[in-house]
Amino acid sequence: MASIGKILRRTFLIGSAAIVGGVAFGVYYVNRPAKNPLKPGEGEAALTPFILIDRNGVTLFAPRAEMGQGVKTTWAALIAEELDVDLDQVTVLHGPAAAAYYNSAMIGESLPNKGYDISNFQHNLGEALGVIGKALSLQVTGGSTSMKDGFERMRAAGASARETLRQAAADRLGVARDQLQTASGHVIAPDGTKIAYTELAADVAQMEPIEAPLRDPSEWRYLGRTQPRLDMVEKATGTAQFGVDVRLPGMKFASVRMNPKLGGQMNGFDDSAAKAMPGVEKIVDLGNGVAVIATNTWLANQAVEAIEVDWGEAPYPPETDAIFEQIAKAFDADPNSTMRDDGDVSTVPEGATVIDAEYTVPYLAHATMEPMNGTALFSGDRLEFWGGNQAPTFMQMKIAEAAGLDTEAVEVHTTYLGGGFGRRAEFDFGVIATKVAMAMPNVPVQTTWSREEDMRHDFYRPGAMARMRGAVKDGKAVLIDGKVASQSCTRQAMERVTGMPGAGPDKVLVEGFFNQPYAVPNYRMSGHIADLDIPVGFWRSVGNSHNGFFHETFIDEMAHAAGRDPLEFRLELMRDEHAPSAGCLEAVRDMSGWTGKTPDGVGRGVALTYSFGTPVAQVIEVVDEDGTIRISKAWIACDMGLALDPENVKAQMFGGMMYGLSAACYGEITFAEGEVEQFNFPDYDALRMHTAPQVEVQVLETNRFMGGAGEPGTPPAMPALGNALFDLTGQRARTLPLNKQFNLLV
Amino acid sequence: MATTLTINGKPHQVDLPDDVPLLWVLRDEVGLTGTKFGCGVAACGACTVHIDGEAVRSCQIALSDVWGEVTTIEGLGTPDNLATIQQAWVDHQVAQCGYCQSGQIMQAAALLAENPAPSDEEIDEAMQGNLCRCGTYPRIRAAIHDAAAKMKEA
Repeated sequence: MASIGKILRRTFLIGSAAIVGGVAFGVYYVNRPAKNPLKPGEGEAALTPFILIDRNGVTLFAPRAEMGQGVKTTWAALIAEELDVDLDQVTVLHGPAAAAYYNSAMIGESLPNKGYDISNFQHNLGEALGVIGKALSLQVTGGSTSMKDGFERMRAAGASARETLRQAAADRLGVARDQLQTASGHVIAPDGTKIAYTELAADVAQMEPIEAPLRDPSEWRYLGRTQPRLDMVEKATGTAQFGVDVRLPGMKFASVRMNPKLGGQMNGFDDSAAKAMPGVEKIVDLGNGVAVIATNTWLANQAVEAIEVDWGEAPYPPETDAIFEQIAKAFDADPNSTMRDDGDVSTVPEGATVIDAEYTVPYLAHATMEPMNGTALFSGDRLEFWGGNQAPTFMQMKIAEAAGLDTEAVEVHTTYLGGGFGRRAEFDFGVIATKVAMAMPNVPVQTTWSREEDMRHDFYRPGAMARMRGAVKDGKAVLIDGKVASQSCTRQAMERVTGMPGAGPDKVLVEGFFNQPYAVPNYRMSGHIADLDIPVGFWRSVGNSHNGFFHETFIDEMAHAAGRDPLEFRLELMRDEHAPSAGCLEAVRDMSGWTGKTPDGVGRGVALTYSFGTPVAQVIEVVDEDGTIRISKAWIACDMGLALDPENVKAQMFGGMMYGLSAACYGEITFAEGEVEQFNFPDYDALRMHTAPQVEVQVLETNRFMGGAGEPGTPPAMPALGNALFDLTGQRARTLPLNKQFNLLV
Repeated sequence: MATTLTINGKPHQVDLPDDVPLLWVLRDEVGLTGTKFGCGVAACGACTVHIDGEAVRSCQIALSDVWGEVTTIEGLGTPDNLATIQQAWVDHQVAQCGYCQSGQIMQAAALLAENPAPSDEEIDEAMQGNLCRCGTYPRIRAAIHDAAAKMKEA
């Protein structure tokens, strides 16, 4: 056991536990150990295992969900770096749901600092507050936190396991530990004799784990270098198992319809036609929806569509216009937060030019490629769930609630996610699958949503508005006064998880708004919460997804009002405020050969958003081809401090950008009679092969603290494209999506 | 009524109504889950398979209309014996979430069978029905060019 001093410093302790035929290595957390997800026998300490070694081999646990961001590979590399095993010789598994996998970095992000100006003290405070994550059971994949969170813990577990294995070999050989080397899963004696870790596992299980200092980055073999992704062969051969691919003996298939007037009641239904349809085994009344269990998903879907349902009304205004009137009303009330209030925005400096603008962006669906689904097996006193999800601990809790079981009686198996983007941090699809399966005990039932059901029952990125006022003088921004209004997805999500909406300033609503790295002497940014009951949630980059557009479109408008090149205008305001951000701008300037001038028929736009600790700059180029506008090229530079897997970071960056461009061009969820008007991809399209730009990415590493990768690529894409369209056409895009205003290639 | 289909070179007896789409025959009856459900309306390409070598959207083809031999992603190559196109996907680290990639690969394989050296424009034309929400398009394009080059060498 380590001393209290160590606990305070690091918030975790290295531990080990005996398992059948071997040993588990992992960490204990502060205060008291969380429950061991591997269920060690009586009298054995509980710890969070990241490494299992037994006679059969070495298994590493990646407790985060693999939703395409490469976390499985990079997480394993963190352990392997210290443990001295080869990545192609170990098994990497998703860890089971357990409170111990709390996400310390995510809570750290919630501190009310701007992030980029974080001091060492605040950084430490953020780490300490990470402890709260455990109380909330925050085993969540989101917030671009995976690598920040795992960076130290995984390596520490790997180092301790290696040293303890070395000691076991030293005891066996009767030599000093420092005489022995480790490589490729073996301890190597001075005479070249090799002992496999698997052979030492039983010895190690009886020993106190030995703590060891972490290797200097100069010694790294895996980290900082691109690794072949461990899931790539499976994903190229159709053998990767997603939630929808779970197949169990005797399994039945179900399809579901919930009230399209979201949150409304179900007054009644007539299933007489559905009952008689082929393959149908059972109609399930879900209270606020219906499901059909059948022998085949398609037959289930045909039948569920044949049920006549009398749906109750939605608890929000039924039409889009009225919804946005309600959002605009939020500006009349006091702000929920004013997280930046520098200087005095009430007085316009003498001789300055004032600019005003109002922006509006729509509600957005996540539209993961794999529609929502879940497979459940209810056996009276236990329930097993299989499916892709970003928050298995919450999922377990919510399934237990729905099933009327203790949390311990629910087991959650996390598969690969066919896209997450925040949608799979919710648990509605697990709860529905649970209720459906409970109608047929002892039979595994897979409930798959139709694409239409998925698109029309999302937790949407909230529609948002911004009112911006600014002033420029002598070619510089001297004042920005911004207000953003939208529903609070944080409050809704907190209420869904805990039953209470939470209070206080909502930082997520204003992220990407108040914390941008510009030195402007008079600078106030406020957030207003709109009171609406449309289901909203976390959409890739969350508040940054709308605020990036607002802030960076407005900066562009100010630059033009000041008669300045928009890239130089930004750079000047940023250089002393946050050097890594300025570095990103300089990088895209150089990569794209930015001159501030574009030939006829070509437009270029630039934007930078600092989010999740990572500044990302993008230049987007558009071309006019006989009146149709095509996005031709994109240049991206990011600075996340330390890029553990550079090619994977590049993939996240251009993927994040494509997600943002898709929304900017075509993405819009609208309402009529209380129902979402978009049903399927023809109504809610995205970039495709012919509409996606060529892209070049540069990964910089000057940032003092490690930033995220999965989300920061998204926010600057939307304003960079809007700014490029302004450069091309002279028309300013103040609302999204852009296909309503511009003749974009489809 | 039982129907016999030839899938990846093997005969399969299926007893389902005639109008069940091939996608759901493959996934829920035959147990070949590599072919994915994305939209059900031929708008995303995740369900792409080959019938007699032609790339088709299996969500739109009723069981009774299947006119030839069906090849799915599982029939193209296996983890131990990757097809050239699959190897190119691995070499270029194309997949992110990976859900759409079976369909992308089947579409690309049909393209290369017909056109061994497609231009960027021809790739745009052939691949635009296949949606990828992770935005892996630049690497898909690179992998197709690479596979084309490797197949020429072979």
